[in-house]
Amino acid sequence: MGERKGVEVSIAIAEAAAACDVDCIAAYPITPQTHVVEHLSEIVAEGELDAEFIPVESEHAAMSACCGTAAAGARTFTATASQGLALMHEVLFIASSLRLPIVMVVANRALSAPINIWNDHSDVMTERDVGWVQIFAENGQEAADLVVQAHKIGEDKRVLLPVMVHFDGFILSHVIEPIEMLDRDEVKKFLPDYEPQQRLDVDNPITMGPVGMPTVYTESKMAAEAAIRRSYGPILETFDEFGKQFGRQYKPVETYKTEDAEVMLITMGGISETAMSWVDERRAAGEKVGLVRFRLWRPLPIEEFKKAIKGAKALAVIDRHFSPGGPGGPVAQEIKYNLYEDEPRIPIVECVAGLGGRDVDFNDFDKALGKAKAVLNGEQVPPFELIQVRGGHHGEI
Amino acid sequence: MEKYNVYAARLLPKVDYLGSGHRACQGCGEVLAMRLVHKALGKNTIVASATGCMEIISSPYPESAWKVPWIHVAFENSAAVASGIEAGYKALMRKGKYPKRKINFVGYGGDGATADIGLQWLSGAMERGHDMVYVCYDNEAYMNTGIQRSSATPLGASTTTSPAGKASTGQQTWKKNMPEIIAAHNVPYVATVNPSYPFDMFQKVQKAAATPGPAYVHVYSSCPTGWRMRPELAVQIGRLATETGIFPLYEVENGVYRMTHEEGDLRPVRDYLKPQGRFRHLTDDLIDSIQARIRQDYRKLQLKVRMSQEERDGDE
Repeated sequence: MGERKGVEVSIAIAEAAAACDVDCIAAYPITPQTHVVEHLSEIVAEGELDAEFIPVESEHAAMSACCGTAAAGARTFTATASQGLALMHEVLFIASSLRLPIVMVVANRALSAPINIWNDHSDVMTERDVGWVQIFAENGQEAADLVVQAHKIGEDKRVLLPVMVHFDGFILSHVIEPIEMLDRDEVKKFLPDYEPQQRLDVDNPITMGPVGMPTVYTESKMAAEAAIRRSYGPILETFDEFGKQFGRQYKPVETYKTEDAEVMLITMGGISETAMSWVDERRAAGEKVGLVRFRLWRPLPIEEFKKAIKGAKALAVIDRHFSPGGPGGPVAQEIKYNLYEDEPRIPIVECVAGLGGRDVDFNDFDKALGKAKAVLNGEQVPPFELIQVRGGHHGEI
Repeated sequence: MEKYNVYAARLLPKVDYLGSGHRACQGCGEVLAMRLVHKALGKNTIVASATGCMEIISSPYPESAWKVPWIHVAFENSAAVASGIEAGYKALMRKGKYPKRKINFVGYGGDGATADIGLQWLSGAMERGHDMVYVCYDNEAYMNTGIQRSSATPLGASTTTSPAGKASTGQQTWKKNMPEIIAAHNVPYVATVNPSYPFDMFQKVQKAAATPGPAYVHVYSSCPTGWRMRPELAVQIGRLATETGIFPLYEVENGVYRMTHEEGDLRPVRDYLKPQGRFRHLTDDLIDSIQARIRQDYRKLQLKVRMSQEERDGDE
């Protein structure tokens, strides 16, 4: 076990990428991702990492260049947020379809308009279908640890997919936390040199990204679906291997005090740590509450989730994004879809909170719990609610 | 022209890296140009292609016409992808993870991918100084989607989104000058080439590939389908383009302009416009104004050649 020291989370992430001995970084600055790429540039400029840093002219170009570096067989890292992720949208699908194991950290931030640089999950939740493995960090240590694991997962010959590591903008990115910095030699033991299965090689020319006619397109999409579902086993193996070597065990679904919990709160990302403290407080007051979080978002570990919520009488989901005019928050949608066939069908209340950097605190969790208890008492509650709207919900819509 | 078959076929390398069996139209000047480019580039070449005619016709899975490594990512970003491939191999060779050797890293795009949707990506890649070549195959409209106008469509050309009609004379704007835009990036090498002048083209492509740093090659690519022209005219029309001065052949090497093919008296542009249905509607007045603009642009180019050479000679 290494020594823990106070370090900004973005710096720890950059150091973790350097510990992975990445060959190429292509990135464009966007708040709140900037400290990650600034520090990586610094590491490269100081000669502490032998890598090509490509200072591209946009995020779309960043992801495009990453496709190039990865197709050349180089270990590739990048970082972005919000509008930058949205600008990459088109290329994200292509990176996964070309099976290029790029690792990208996303400092989650709200999407415009109005322009807002603060944290929520609207950037990630609009990129659910891009075919990338997606993992959420809840604190700085996890973010750094997950960068290393992401490379191992993506480059696994059974996986060969790009991986996103999500961490909350500002709430995590700009916070100084006690973090155990990853030792480069230890990381090297865990993560051997990348051996590409396929690359653009003049000695063995291949055609990448050909036209897919209607006769083959469906099969190629089926192959993509199979690839990401099959990644689940290697992901668990990677978590276990990392746990054994570094002493920090990750799980696809994380739980906190759920044993006898009647109402379970569902969160993702940085607010989960606040939620744990809230669970402690509510437990002390005699309430049987617990907390469940998706760490792994793609592939969605639904069986693990079902095990985690066993015994719950109601779920209260805190979403950090919603689909206007649609079916509410994305996390709640996906949970409801997957539990629809299950007996007994438990009530699920959907709360949208923490949009564009609004703090989520105990009051909000209390509100979510209150809604869950109301439903259990047979009361009617709105199907989903922006629980932090000042002056009350838009109930009349 | 009549000696093309005698010389071009014998003096250029026999080996092809763009195989036959692709799906280009009859008389496609663009695929002819691409084949020549690859004869010049040779085996140690990696291509990043934009979406467009050349991508569609050469890679319908499971078929591929490519005998060099080739990747297609999207429409606008082939320069960025090529820059990534270059950076990737640069890092891998430096770190001893791939044997050191000279590889040509090449980005391809049509005029739409280059002058319109991909201009930013190209500008970025050129500005960053990657050791790569970007080749623009300019057939002067979005041919793959059905002949829509681009910013590289010449004045007066009728396309499906700049149609000539009772109230319009077709394309209303003068062609965007891409070679000049890239020359303004101060890259070490910019050239215009025309497959109807195969040896000039061959030499310039080789020069572009040998130049350390970014190089840009602008390829005249005739399109009988989109230009409403007989397919057997694909090569002849290219000669006319240069003979009339509408597509002069020149290079800009470290800022120094040089004509690689000097025309004494320019042929009247009417000779170039006449065989092409896209210009069929042009009135004499319009043709005269096009003629005037061509002469003016050609003179400007000659001035640049003289000025930059005087400047260079002064330095020496």
